[in-house]
Amino acid sequence: MVNKVSEQKDWRYAFFLGCVIPNRYPMIERSIRDVFEELGAELLDMPGASCCPAPGVFRGFHIPTWFVIAARNIAIAEDLGVSLITGCNGCYGTLRDAWWDLEHNSEEKKHVNKLLAKVGKKYTGNFEPKHVMQALYLDMGKEYVRGFIKHKFKDLKVAVHYGCHIVKPSDKRPWDGEYENPTFLDEIVELTGATSIDYKEKFMCCGAGGAVRTAVKEVAADFTREKLVNMREAGADIIINCCPFCHLQLDLGQVEVNNFYKDIIGEPFHIPVIYITQLLGVAMGMDPSRLGLVKNHNLKGVSPFIPIQPFLDIVKEQLI
Amino acid sequence: MSENIEKYIKRKVYNGTSSKIAQKFVDAGLEKLRSCINCGTCTASCPSGRRTAFRTRSALRRALAGDESVLSDIDIWLCSTCYYCYERCPRDIPVTDMIIKLRNIAVEEGYILDNHFTLAKDIFYKTGHGVPANGENNKKWRDLRESYGLPALPPTVHSYPEAVKECQFLMDEVGFKALLDNAKKLKDERMLAEEKKENEKDGK
Repeated sequence: MVNKVSEQKDWRYAFFLGCVIPNRYPMIERSIRDVFEELGAELLDMPGASCCPAPGVFRGFHIPTWFVIAARNIAIAEDLGVSLITGCNGCYGTLRDAWWDLEHNSEEKKHVNKLLAKVGKKYTGNFEPKHVMQALYLDMGKEYVRGFIKHKFKDLKVAVHYGCHIVKPSDKRPWDGEYENPTFLDEIVELTGATSIDYKEKFMCCGAGGAVRTAVKEVAADFTREKLVNMREAGADIIINCCPFCHLQLDLGQVEVNNFYKDIIGEPFHIPVIYITQLLGVAMGMDPSRLGLVKNHNLKGVSPFIPIQPFLDIVKEQLI
Repeated sequence: MSENIEKYIKRKVYNGTSSKIAQKFVDAGLEKLRSCINCGTCTASCPSGRRTAFRTRSALRRALAGDESVLSDIDIWLCSTCYYCYERCPRDIPVTDMIIKLRNIAVEEGYILDNHFTLAKDIFYKTGHGVPANGENNKKWRDLRESYGLPALPPTVHSYPEAVKECQFLMDEVGFKALLDNAKKLKDERMLAEEKKENEKDGK
């Protein structure tokens, strides 16, 4: 895939927060805001945006509801005159697929606009919904991002986890149809000097999505168990992902795996789970505590559930 | 899907079907499944099927044949929508989207898990978020936000009560609330009928 490096540095996006990022992993929101500012991009708030709505549960309940609420969210960004970006694969799945489907189904689009008109909103479909990774890799380009890296983590072995909806369904995604072996996240990770290691079933689902986590937590955790076993076997120091729901499932889910499946996993898992902009931010020289990599509060029962300290121990020489 | 294939599989729609459910599948576009050659790539690609009883091909064939029992099967909720079946289907059937449609029909018929119903009715409909940070129980999450220099509540529906109302209005208009109320009613009726049957079995 050709890395397009945009000539103009006027990157303005509407920042679609979703649910899990602002309400369970605010350090991810902090890191996206800070990293994008440092890269010279402007993020605009989307006042009154709601749940995307989630593509497995709410779309699974009622497709027409999914369409109209998604179109309402996209319309809020359109009012700002820019594309929205989201840091969540689930939100991306919903907003990108709804946008794509509405652009290919004029009847549904008309129906959605008839409803939106009743609340004074209008959906045009003129702005393509994007993912944070899409902004970093396709809009800015990896050579541009490379220019901001200050620290190189040469001893760090990373298990990269893509998640599903960032690459699939591939006909509605911007990655030239590549879904079996994408490399964009590995390439961004390796800008920091870290090594992205190969592991078995690297592109497998974390197990949380599609209503599974809400339906039967043990089933979701069994997906996660398989991934964690494979990551540990390959010698991963940390997990890097680009989706807060995968992030939650690999972090909180790791605790659940250690509990549900303690008889078959041997040693309990304690692999730190880090979002891509948290890693980028610290490599760009930002304060690790602001990025959520060092605990700066005394709150109990909040994220992250697996301590990040092993990561800091590996990279401390570079950070001092 | 090419126009010819589309024409071929639609050449004889199940108009005369005796089953209401089978007709619903046809109306929902599930007749595309008729181009399935039973290769099993969907089942073989499914990470959920490796650990559960969910068998993608089987579930969809039951649906197409009008087998209503597939709707009450918890298995259709164990698809994590990873889209491998969709990507790899040699007949270009949008398999994952079919499973989503199947779920829509299940909810219409009152088959929805308690957890999912609560999530839809008590969380999503009420707050506009699927995972909210408002309310007394979520104080720690607001504190966590503030520890990162973010406002206690994000600039979403949480900060705009009129936006919650707007979402609720749209959900009412599009029939979401009515769908949930009906699902609850059907579910309760079914439970009562089952209890009655149990009691009769006990010889009461």
